[in-house]
Amino acid sequence: MADVVPSDPLASEPPPALLEAIGLTKRFGALVANDHVSLAIRAGETHALLGENGAGKSTLVKMMCGLLQADSGELRFEGAPVSFPDPAASRARGIGVVFQHFALFDALTVVENVALGLPRHEGLAALAARIEACVHRYGLQVEPYRLVGELSVGERQRVEIVRCLLGDPRVLILDEPTSVLTPDESESLFRTVDLLTAEGRAVLFISHKLDEVRRLCQRATVLRGGKFIAEVDPRRESAASLARLMVGAEVPRTPRIVTHELGEPRLLVKNLNLKGDGSRGSALIDINLEIRAGEIIGIAGVAGNGQTALFEALSGERLGGDAEAIVIDRTPAGALGPTERRALRAGFVPEERLGHAAAPDMRLSDNVLLTTHGDGRNVRHGVIRHSVLHAMFGEIVKRFDVRFGGRDPKARRLSGGNLQKFVIGREVLREPVLLIVDQPTWGVDAAAASFIRTTLRAKAAEGCAVLVISQDLDELLEFTDRIAVMCEGRLTAPVPVEETSREAIGLAMGGAETASAQGDADAA
Amino acid sequence: MPLKLERQENVPLAGLIAAPFVALAVTLVVGAVMFLAMGQDPVEAFRIYFIDPLGDAYTLQELVVKACPLLLIGVGLAFCYRANRWNIGAEGQYVVGAVFGSWLALATHGTEAGPWVLPAMLVLGALGGAAYGLIPAFLRVRFGASEILTSLMLVYVAQLGLDYLVRGPWRDPAGFNFPQSVTFDAVATVPLLFEEGRMHAGIVIALVVVVAATFVLGRTLVGFSIELGGSAPRAAAFAGFDERRVTYGVFAVSGALAGLAGIIEVAGPIGNLQPSISPGYGFTAIIAAMLGRLHPVGILVSSFILALTYIGGEAAQISLRMPFDVTRVFQGTLLIAILAADVLVRYRIRRVEGVRHA
Repeated sequence: MADVVPSDPLASEPPPALLEAIGLTKRFGALVANDHVSLAIRAGETHALLGENGAGKSTLVKMMCGLLQADSGELRFEGAPVSFPDPAASRARGIGVVFQHFALFDALTVVENVALGLPRHEGLAALAARIEACVHRYGLQVEPYRLVGELSVGERQRVEIVRCLLGDPRVLILDEPTSVLTPDESESLFRTVDLLTAEGRAVLFISHKLDEVRRLCQRATVLRGGKFIAEVDPRRESAASLARLMVGAEVPRTPRIVTHELGEPRLLVKNLNLKGDGSRGSALIDINLEIRAGEIIGIAGVAGNGQTALFEALSGERLGGDAEAIVIDRTPAGALGPTERRALRAGFVPEERLGHAAAPDMRLSDNVLLTTHGDGRNVRHGVIRHSVLHAMFGEIVKRFDVRFGGRDPKARRLSGGNLQKFVIGREVLREPVLLIVDQPTWGVDAAAASFIRTTLRAKAAEGCAVLVISQDLDELLEFTDRIAVMCEGRLTAPVPVEETSREAIGLAMGGAETASAQGDADAA
Repeated sequence: MPLKLERQENVPLAGLIAAPFVALAVTLVVGAVMFLAMGQDPVEAFRIYFIDPLGDAYTLQELVVKACPLLLIGVGLAFCYRANRWNIGAEGQYVVGAVFGSWLALATHGTEAGPWVLPAMLVLGALGGAAYGLIPAFLRVRFGASEILTSLMLVYVAQLGLDYLVRGPWRDPAGFNFPQSVTFDAVATVPLLFEEGRMHAGIVIALVVVVAATFVLGRTLVGFSIELGGSAPRAAAFAGFDERRVTYGVFAVSGALAGLAGIIEVAGPIGNLQPSISPGYGFTAIIAAMLGRLHPVGILVSSFILALTYIGGEAAQISLRMPFDVTRVFQGTLLIAILAADVLVRYRIRRVEGVRHA
């Protein structure tokens, strides 16, 4: 394996490690989540933590901030051994964490949310002033008196960061921060990170996006299978060599197959409108889309611009009323429910795996029933045929390499990547002619993500029409044929991938194109 | 010192199984303290309460008589509770079922009506209970009203309605002004299983219901959709199960079984319609459902345990001159204990470092 590269060659003497983990081990039953893992974060550096899902990154981070206790090993802060019995103890030492899933209350304002997390009670006005100062200093755009429910995902993330920064942390841990951001928003986050490290703070940056890590970070610790693999200088590595360290083998790029002929339209969306429900979720405004057999269409956009509403309108979970607005395989489906749409051989994979695509507290085999009960195989006259169900379950597990402990665990127990393979496999084995996938590789490790993309590509080659909604622009550019952009409930016309660029899509994600389209409509 | 409940990642199965037993043990300890406080010897009181009733054939039959309505109602409630729909108004559905069924008994009273009367009464009772159960379901689906409140409030409406009927239009004219209906004819009465005692055919119906409910909940798509709706509502919608239909369905089943229990009780052990036809079966069945882990076979066992508290309470009233409220205390303690045991199995209590004195 790769050798350990000494730290920044420009520094004659390495600065002292601010926070250091030495030989941390954590077991969950038979599973060793962390096996003698070491990591040292120095003041003033941006340190990447790389690894597949299930590599043990979250476990390591949780031990470093007091959410979990190590079975053995040691934590050191500025060279002295420390222990963090709970997150408050780590916060007191100046360790701040921004998790992937935000802990904010929609119904409260930014300043109220921040106040809730602070130990002492101070006036909201004074706090708002402190927020303004912090915002100004680090170039974070946050308005203290706005309701969190009205904020975009990127803005919510900035609220979390501000909340952390008000505690004046010496180490800031960012868990997959860019997975929800537009390219522009990511850029501004990077500028903030640079400002923070320039002040002598350390940032631990957890990401799957190797290009970002290579740009932003001075050092990277790679984990695989719960073990420390290497500490490298990512600036000296290629994305491919980093991926090799993470996965332990060459990651195959998804082959782009554009030679096959496109078939007839499998999905036609005509002037689809949907009212918003309350303050949350944008409405859909005049959505038009055609997907033909054999092609993959990608929908880019920042989270919260109507993608969820679009998915639910297409899956039949939210009905708009107009039967002709959605046509699946030449049958008007706008008024049909999910089961009836599946009977037209459509398959759906929602964004949220736990609670939407799968019931967390039900066994995997029972979760097979969720989307297959109408297919006439595992249910006869209303009675579940458990033998058939288990056979289907076994086939999904085998063909899609779903890994888990035990024979038939609850969905909650699976790692993100394995649950996603299960959810995708469940749909693919139904032999759909139309497959609609929301965030196919969100929070999924590189190997599983590659496998999922290859699977979707293969389905398209077989004549399936595939719609992929994703916030990962690189992913869409890599394996879709045409890309449309969703912004504030509107959808742009899909453009062939060859004829577009990151910049053009980024602009549309920010609403540039929608704005002009709206202007035209007003003029008409 | 502030405390915080934290959800446990892996709930041990052994804990879930042990919870009801621990709850029973806690209830007995609390009961012993209560007996001591009342100046009774706890050992003696427990013997009268829980051991003696098991000793002779008559009280064993009584046990079955009391367990029958608890079992029927409890199994129905399991449908609701599995779907995360909290029907607290089974007592009202029981009363309305009894009233609907009794209407036929009174309408055919003294005529030459054949043996079809009793089956028709049972069907009417189930329909009445289901219709009454559908009211809170409708209010929830249509207006988002809490079914816990509406179903509970409807209990008192039903009880007052029954009161009006037996004091007014349905009163037995030859009954010396007592507020009760005529005694039902033989064709309108649930037959006894043995000549001696009061055990009647209702328990056979209840056992059939247990078998059917076990099958529906465990083996069918309907049962799966109920479970899924309660466990992960958004996943249930994604799977294509209509939340509203599940809500109506479980309330209809629950109401029907409560109504069936009501008419069986009136046409069986009681024999006519009176202002008071239940010692709180509809509420006690909630405890039976929870103690039985929302599984029909578990509820079969827990119904008998709770029936024992009724029988023991009657015995204690006679021999120890203890008020019937002692039974209520027992049942209430049991419910609190089982709910607490469930929380302690599923959650861990952690001390939170004081936020205020940081």
